[in-house]
Parts: sequence; C-alpha cells; structure tokens
Amino acid sequence: MKRGGIPVAKKQVSHAYEIIKGIIKENPVLVSLLGMCPALAVTTMASNGLGMGLATTFVLVCSNAVISLLNRVIPKEVRLPCYIVIIAGFVTLIEFLLKGYVPALYSSLGLFLPLITVNCIILGRAEAFASKNGVARSVLDGIGMGIGFTLTLFLMGSVREIFGTGAWMGINLHLPATLTVFIMPAGGFFVLGVIIAVINKIANKKPPQTVGCANCPNALNCPTFNKEGETL
Amino acid sequence: MKELFIILMSAMLVENFVLTKFMGICSFLGVSKKFDSALGMGLAVIFVMLSATLCTYPIYTFILEPNGLDYLRGICFILIIALFVQIAEMVIRKKIPSLYKALGVYLPLITTNCAVLGVAILNADNGYGLLKSLVNSLGAGLGFTLALIIFSGVRSRIDASDIPATFKGVPSTLIAASIVSVSFMGFAGMFS
Repeated sequence: MKRGGIPVAKKQVSHAYEIIKGIIKENPVLVSLLGMCPALAVTTMASNGLGMGLATTFVLVCSNAVISLLNRVIPKEVRLPCYIVIIAGFVTLIEFLLKGYVPALYSSLGLFLPLITVNCIILGRAEAFASKNGVARSVLDGIGMGIGFTLTLFLMGSVREIFGTGAWMGINLHLPATLTVFIMPAGGFFVLGVIIAVINKIANKKPPQTVGCANCPNALNCPTFNKEGETL
Repeated sequence: MKELFIILMSAMLVENFVLTKFMGICSFLGVSKKFDSALGMGLAVIFVMLSATLCTYPIYTFILEPNGLDYLRGICFILIIALFVQIAEMVIRKKIPSLYKALGVYLPLITTNCAVLGVAILNADNGYGLLKSLVNSLGAGLGFTLALIIFSGVRSRIDASDIPATFKGVPSTLIAASIVSVSFMGFAGMFS
C-alpha cells in the first residue's frame, strides 16, 4: 500500500476496516489530498462544511454502489466517461433534493454543488476501489471516505467560523476579537495547511511531500505519469 | 466594450479562479513546481476553456434552455468537455506535433479540472451571451495561468529554504498559497 497515493485494495481486510480507514488513515483530504477545491471553498461556516460533506457522501456511496454493480458491463476503454455520467446523474439528484428541502444550503453551496461531479474523491474511489470490489465493500468504503471528508470539512468550517466570525453553528461565542481573514480565501489555504501539519505532528510521520500524479484519477491516461512515474 | 473589459479583469484578477474561487486547486498545487510546466498547463487550460465555452454555449442556449432542461447542464457539459478534450488530444497529436509536445501532456489532466466545468456552468447561470461567455472564459484562463506562474516562482524559493519538518511539503505550500491569495485581495473593488 502506497502512502499518499490511491491505496491498493486488499481482499482480506475486515468490513469494519473499510469504514474506519477513510476517517484518519486514508483520509481523502488530509492524507490523499483529494477534493481540495470544495474543502477550501465552502468551509467558511461549519454548517456549510457539514452540508457539503453529507452531499458528497451521498453521491460517493451511490456512485460506488452503481459502479461496482456495473463494472462487468462497462467496457474498460470507455470506463471514465461512463463513471462521470453515473456520478453526474447522482449530483443532479442531490441538487434537486437540496433545492427542494434545504434551499438555504443550496444557495450557500452555489456553484460547488454541480462541481461535485468533478470532485477527485468520487472518481478516484470509483477507479481505485469500486471497479475492483463488490457492492457491500464499495458502499462501506464510500461511507468511510464520506465520513472522513465530512469530518475534515466540518473541522475546517468550525475553525474558520470560530476565528473569523466569533460564532459556531450560528451560536455567538462572544470572543474578544475576530480575524476576518479566516473566512476569506487566504484563510482557507492557511487553515488547511496548518491542519495537515498538525495531523502530521500527531501522527508523527512525514507530511506528504508532493501532490503526486498518483492521486489523480486521470493518471492512467496521462503520458507524463506513465513515462516518468512521478509528478510533472 | 467597457462591460467586456470589466468581465475580463474581474474574472482574471478580482475573482481569480484559483486564489479566490478555489477552482482547479489540484492542478494548481500539482503543476506549479516549474515555470515551464506552469505555463504549459495554463495555456492548455485557456485553450480548453475557450473551446468548451464555444461547444457548450449553443447546446445550452438552443437545446437545453428552450426545453426546460437546464438542470441537465452538469451532465451535458462534463460529457462535452470530456469528449472535446479526447478529440482535441487526438487531432493535435496527429496534425500539430510541436503543439502536442508543449500542451498535449496536460490535456488529459484537464477533464476533471473543476475550473473548466466551473466556468461553463458559471456562464450558463449568469446568462452571458456568446461574446461575454468567451471573454469570461478567457479571463478565467488567464487568471489561472497568472496564478500558476506566480506560484511557481514562490515555490522555487520555498524549496530552497529551511522549513520545520512538520511543515515541509504540502503544509508550507498551502500557507504560501494563502499569502499569494492575500495579495490578490488587493484587487477587490478595483473594477466595478
């Protein structure tokens, strides 16, 4: 199993491990560095992070299930477009659901809701896991990765909301001072960088050195990656 | 004319796709190590953004919108972009090998770059006409290229400096991106 890259699926691990691994050990954002765009963009508030995380989890679980069921039907050569269509279908579904039931969240997530389609976590898990494993494991993997993603977004949203606005989940914390920069784009980069550093310190391991091509779901199609076997 | 200029400048500087809107972060962090690859990736993104806008605009305006199917824009746009990137790669490889050498390797990476899908959806949601859509895409692409090039310079300095072990690699890169992003905050309210 390669750290920092898409992990190779193992057959013998227990079902519980499929869920637990996504939370810390193979956390999609903090370890594999996937799905950074929504992680940075929507986490100005803890509740937005939570909503985005749950929406992504829904799409991830559904697409993992469908792709693992269809992997014998889909020809290998055109699998990426097929996966993208399946994922985009579920994204349209969640767009409708949020628009109908949680319109406030729908408008605050804005453009990043349709962009779940190109979230590398979902395509990455489809390619690396769901296309090689059965339905049950794929669903569990989707749930685990989804929980890991949601927790990360919730953590980032909490930090940025508390320091940036002095409130948490809408509750005023009466802080003596707030730093508006935390809810600005610059704060997003900063908080994610510090969280990754802190996690590395706690886990006592070397941080991921590069955003490797190995994380990219397109790596298999990429001539540079195949030739040099490393990043551009 | 003035309106087009404002759209171009705000897409490029004020609402920079990478540093303000957080789109295409993966390629921003992955390909900004060297100046050459940053420039190549940037030019490839400009090319795909402009062509994707040319392809998606008529389909959205003449097929999806009149039939009340605009909720299908996500699926349609991503399919068009994936198809276009595939075809463009094949054509360029056969017809213009020199261009393929410069841009070709970046093309497959662009399908899942959310900046490309993002700009197509943004154009559709804002109700821009063809000209405004093209200008907006051009601005977004230029902004992406600018951010990549600036950041490749910053990163070469980071690589040469002594950083605490915990912050080495991705954490320090992200914190540097945060500082570059602060500098782009200075453009806020400049063109309106």
